[in-house]
Amino acid sequence: MVAQASPRVAVAGNPNTGKTSLFNRLTGANARVGNYPGVTVERESGTWRLGGRDVEVIDVPGTYSLAARSAEEQVAVRALFGLDGDPRPHLVLLVVDATQLVRNLYLAVQLAEAELPFVIALNLADVARAQGILPDPARVSAAFGVPCVPVSAHTGEGLPDLARVVGEALAKPPRPRVSLSYPAPLVADAARLEAFAAASSPGEARALALWHLLSVDDTDELIDIPDAVRREVLAIRAGAAGRDIDGEIVGTRYDWLVAQDFGVGKRVEGPALSDRVDRVLLHPASGGLVFLLVMAVLFQALFSWSEPAIGAIETAFAWVGDAVAGALPSGIASDLLVDGVINGVGSVVVFLPQIMLLFFLLGFLEDSGYMARVAFLVDRAMRSIGLHGRAFVPMLSGYACAVPAIMATRTLERRRDRLLTMMVVPLMSCSARLPVYTLVVATVFAPGATWLGLDARVAVMVAMYLFTTGMALVAAGVLGHTLLKGPRVPLLLELPPYRMPRLATVLRQMWMRAKTFLTEAGTTIMAVTVVLWALLYFPRDVQLSRDYDMLRAGASDEVAAQLSAEESAERLAQSYGGRMGKAIEPIIEPLGYDWKLGVGVVGAFAAREVFVATMGVIYGIGDDADEASEPLRERMRAERRPDGSPLWTPAVGASLMVFFALSAQCLSTLAVVRRESGSWRWAAFLFAYMTALAWVGAFVAYRVVGALAA
Amino acid sequence: MPRMSTLASLAVGESARIVAVGGERGYRRRLLELGFLPGTVVRLRGVAPMGDPLDVDIGGCRFSLRRAEAEAVRVASPALELAAAK
Repeated sequence: MVAQASPRVAVAGNPNTGKTSLFNRLTGANARVGNYPGVTVERESGTWRLGGRDVEVIDVPGTYSLAARSAEEQVAVRALFGLDGDPRPHLVLLVVDATQLVRNLYLAVQLAEAELPFVIALNLADVARAQGILPDPARVSAAFGVPCVPVSAHTGEGLPDLARVVGEALAKPPRPRVSLSYPAPLVADAARLEAFAAASSPGEARALALWHLLSVDDTDELIDIPDAVRREVLAIRAGAAGRDIDGEIVGTRYDWLVAQDFGVGKRVEGPALSDRVDRVLLHPASGGLVFLLVMAVLFQALFSWSEPAIGAIETAFAWVGDAVAGALPSGIASDLLVDGVINGVGSVVVFLPQIMLLFFLLGFLEDSGYMARVAFLVDRAMRSIGLHGRAFVPMLSGYACAVPAIMATRTLERRRDRLLTMMVVPLMSCSARLPVYTLVVATVFAPGATWLGLDARVAVMVAMYLFTTGMALVAAGVLGHTLLKGPRVPLLLELPPYRMPRLATVLRQMWMRAKTFLTEAGTTIMAVTVVLWALLYFPRDVQLSRDYDMLRAGASDEVAAQLSAEESAERLAQSYGGRMGKAIEPIIEPLGYDWKLGVGVVGAFAAREVFVATMGVIYGIGDDADEASEPLRERMRAERRPDGSPLWTPAVGASLMVFFALSAQCLSTLAVVRRESGSWRWAAFLFAYMTALAWVGAFVAYRVVGALAA
Repeated sequence: MPRMSTLASLAVGESARIVAVGGERGYRRRLLELGFLPGTVVRLRGVAPMGDPLDVDIGGCRFSLRRAEAEAVRVASPALELAAAK
């Protein structure tokens, strides 16, 4: 007996049709996120309880057409035809925006031509009805030969009907029928390609032939196109001088659609609400103001509002660590568990507040329609660095933290744009660099110093933000014209009507992002954190200069703590990480650093702000020193080179800040880049180019500031 | 003869009928598939604050495209068509 596999339904439709909302309504809280094979396009699937059995629902990426130019655009057609590793879906649920009927039904024509069994959900039926333009479902159904149900993912209207119709369609698949009269030369062209198709019906063979004619040319980036088909398409196109094959195909489909009577009434409304809103939001003055306000709120949220949650997570993990340390006998096992594992989990979870806040706000901006306006408003400025308007929000988020910012690049459509944004976002001065700047500035500048009339400390901070922004823009320009040079990508951005976002949908998308981060990037971050801990912890059986245990035995608490701090400093110096710090001394010596700073740089790989704690340990202050710790600053100011000159000069401070500004000292960023780009290669490239840039920048800063100060 | 111009040279608020769509093939195909077909009426609704991109209405849908691409969409103003017919 063969086990009955659950039926599979693919949900397809144009972008901005409420497709995801409907998918969420149908599948409830049990969706899974994966990737389509070979491309970094997310594949969401879930289970729909339908008439007492489970139906697997797959959310196909939103698309205006099945025709494709790149492997990513090809995902939709491959998913619908069952070419992406999964079997062909039993049914397609086509979500159509009832207020934009003809443009949305263009996709229905393609499904019908391919004879794929499908059902039409006329979404936004409530909005269309209010505007007096709700089509007659019976006529839509008759035109395509498939069932058609008006629904509203927003209000829930029509969903029981949809469930019934889908249940019936699974039992007895609808057989779509459309008959389009393509021009005779085009029919002859298609016939030449139909011979190559491994199709289950003549209609499907014709549909595939038209797909190839529309999609294939000598610059496409499609996958799995047989050479023979490609050659034939190119031959046909070469022989069609004077004809417009694309125009013939698309024009015939639109002619057919326009000739149908879908029973659409006359629009009753005056100027739509969206138009009135846009008169304010796209106005050069008021629109600019609202834009700045929205971006300020977004930035403030990431930068400050996430702070209490981050603090609470850090406190909670410290508390758990202390509790575990107290309960276990001290030793390697306890240190591994507390400083390695618990600290490692903490270093992953600590990203959640910013990730969840960013995706919550992004969800609102996206679903309300404002995100498209943001892209519209800033496109001209972003174009000067080779990106388009949608890259703005990820770039801005980078000032708070590169990790959520890189995750946000998935709102960009083209892989090249995503990669370029990922490669420059880590240059933005994120909040983890602030403790390092603060410590260094406070150490090397006297409190009263001024620079151009500003407090020197403030001036340096402002300069660092301007510097990193400038570097990110330059890097985008350079990478965009060299390594990530691609065909110029023109903008074609839909400005959808404003709509009230559905909280449940936004929250769910936010939770999916958080879950994906925890399971995919989080595991890597956690593992590398443990490795880094081990590097700074082992070996344990080293020769210490004094017998600290004996000395501590009779000492007062204060003296014992001091002795422990000194022991930690000595152990760190002899650890593998400490030895690495010494080993890289010749490399970092031209930057003005000694081996202790080398250890700090090695340790900071876990996260930039760890530099401060590492400095605390290595200078014998203890690992609980923070950037505001006056004893640590005093100790750093007292540090001398072998020749007796102070180590922490303004030149070294400038060099170190520039190094931290430009280097990829953040394994979490690298782990997320790996996950979002789909390969370690881009993470490795990011690390290599930023480290090289950081070294050169720090060298220049050391020399220039050194010369100025002399 | 009706006077021809391009989508990029319309005044804000002005409508015109598409005569031909040109440009790079992949982009052109997308425009066609979104309904930018010869004979269809387009309207320039607005322009972004920095002069680019454009905000275009076609059949009740709004799309934003840049000037460079809009210059490849040739249009004839219906008013001019009427004048030429007289």
